[in-house]
Amino acid sequence: MELDGNGIAGTMMGVFGHEMTTEFGTCASCGARSMVGEFRVYLRAPGVVARCRHCGSVVMVFVEARGVTCVDLRGLAALDPA
Amino acid sequence: MAISRGFQGRRRGDADPTRVPPGQYVTDDFPVLSAGPTPHTPLADWDFSIRGAVDRPVAWTWNEFLTLPSETVTVDVHCVTKWSKLDTVWKGVSLDTLLDGVETSAEHVLAFCDGGYTTNLPLEDVTGGKAWVAYEYGGEPLEPEHGGPARLLVPHLYFWKSAKWVRSLELRDHDKPGFWETYGYHTYGDPWKEQRYQGD
Amino acid sequence: MERAALPRGLTWQLGSVVALVDETPRTKSIALSLPAWPGHRAGQHVDVRLTAEDGYQAQRSYAIASAPEDDHVVLTVERLDDGEVSPYLVDELRPGDQLELRGPLGGYFVWEASLGGPLLLLAGGSGVVPLRAILRHHRVVESTVPARLLYWARALDDVIYRDELMANVFGDSVDIRFTLTREQPEGWRGWERWTDMELLQEVTWPPREHPLVYVCGPTPFVDRATFSLIALGHEPGRVRHVAFGPTGV
Repeated sequence: MELDGNGIAGTMMGVFGHEMTTEFGTCASCGARSMVGEFRVYLRAPGVVARCRHCGSVVMVFVEARGVTCVDLRGLAALDPA
Repeated sequence: MAISRGFQGRRRGDADPTRVPPGQYVTDDFPVLSAGPTPHTPLADWDFSIRGAVDRPVAWTWNEFLTLPSETVTVDVHCVTKWSKLDTVWKGVSLDTLLDGVETSAEHVLAFCDGGYTTNLPLEDVTGGKAWVAYEYGGEPLEPEHGGPARLLVPHLYFWKSAKWVRSLELRDHDKPGFWETYGYHTYGDPWKEQRYQGD
Repeated sequence: MERAALPRGLTWQLGSVVALVDETPRTKSIALSLPAWPGHRAGQHVDVRLTAEDGYQAQRSYAIASAPEDDHVVLTVERLDDGEVSPYLVDELRPGDQLELRGPLGGYFVWEASLGGPLLLLAGGSGVVPLRAILRHHRVVESTVPARLLYWARALDDVIYRDELMANVFGDSVDIRFTLTREQPEGWRGWERWTDMELLQEVTWPPREHPLVYVCGPTPFVDRATFSLIALGHEPGRVRHVAFGPTGV
């Protein structure tokens, strides 16, 4: 189902080591800059997919394989604190 | 590990190893997993095509698709997130029927779907009675959240290969990874060899 | 001391259930004693993890219902009919049981008095949980920031923290309103409406006052409310939202 970035606060904390929902992500597809907490998140999947709220493109993908969570950020042009 | 007193979780039946691959549990419900919003393509706009490394691409509108010879099959499906569902009943058109008359020397397939999802498979894994484009589940039209109007059904591989909302198959000389394969899931995905992730 | 070296919220910690309170026929508040708890900010949530004897695990997120200043960390859980975790938490858990959780999580959806206001809280069903934490915090620090809660519920029986909210224990600068969308008691003089622009316009401060808005509830509710607020001219940066699906299933 669809949630927002708050729904993966724990996953992101585990991967990045700190609070991420207040960071700003710039979508590599449409250039929109929004808070990570605002991304549309799809949790029930073989991985966690976060999409840009403006254009729907994939901005982040988290996959847990063999106990390690990998994150793919190629959908983001930038990720920075407020 | 902290055991939660009295917690059992979803009913996980005793797994019959001849039917349930390693690491899987059997479920009675039908979980909905998705990497994005459910597409809602009107049937009037829907078509299914086979293109790419073929002599002539072929395509069917929805009405044409429904006139193709169909089969009803009962299969077990296995999701990489560990649930398996036994004896699921689907109705659809066999890929053998769809590929009949299509001339190709390609060995690989990349499936394209509404919403942008893709997955890759060897051509030989969607032929020989192993794959369908299914439009009915349990005797009813396939619901959008489960992939309707039509999805790929390839039960001998992990269920992420049974791409929901499938619209076309691109036949290719060279393999190209699809969505989950790009993010670390296995290129082939044989549940009996537990090929969940790259390197398994 | 290894635990101190890890970032806050990263480690799973064990708490014990101190008390259970039936809030409505479907929701229960769980008060926990957490020896390793680092403290939290109003609006944050935790991840709860359950482990069966065979090692099977299930994990869900729950908003913290208590203010940072309260004695115990309290979670309020709504039982979902086909849920996997919520029926256990609501029906099975007993005082003395251990619960594993990680947190606090979510810096995006926090309010503290220094953020100012005016403060508008929009709650859809069990979305009221973190907003109640915000109101409790508002009261403890004796904030004079004008605050308003609008709480959507199906019927009076579904209103969580009913006594607390109906009696409005939160003080003069807090205004609490309800809209009961399916069933209203006799003599009800509150709203009966679902989310719509007119209702929001009546309730919210005009954009020129730059209210801080917190919206929490199921995804369709959050989408509709957020869309309406932006359409009414509110700055997206001052509208925070937490959406949950038919989640925690």
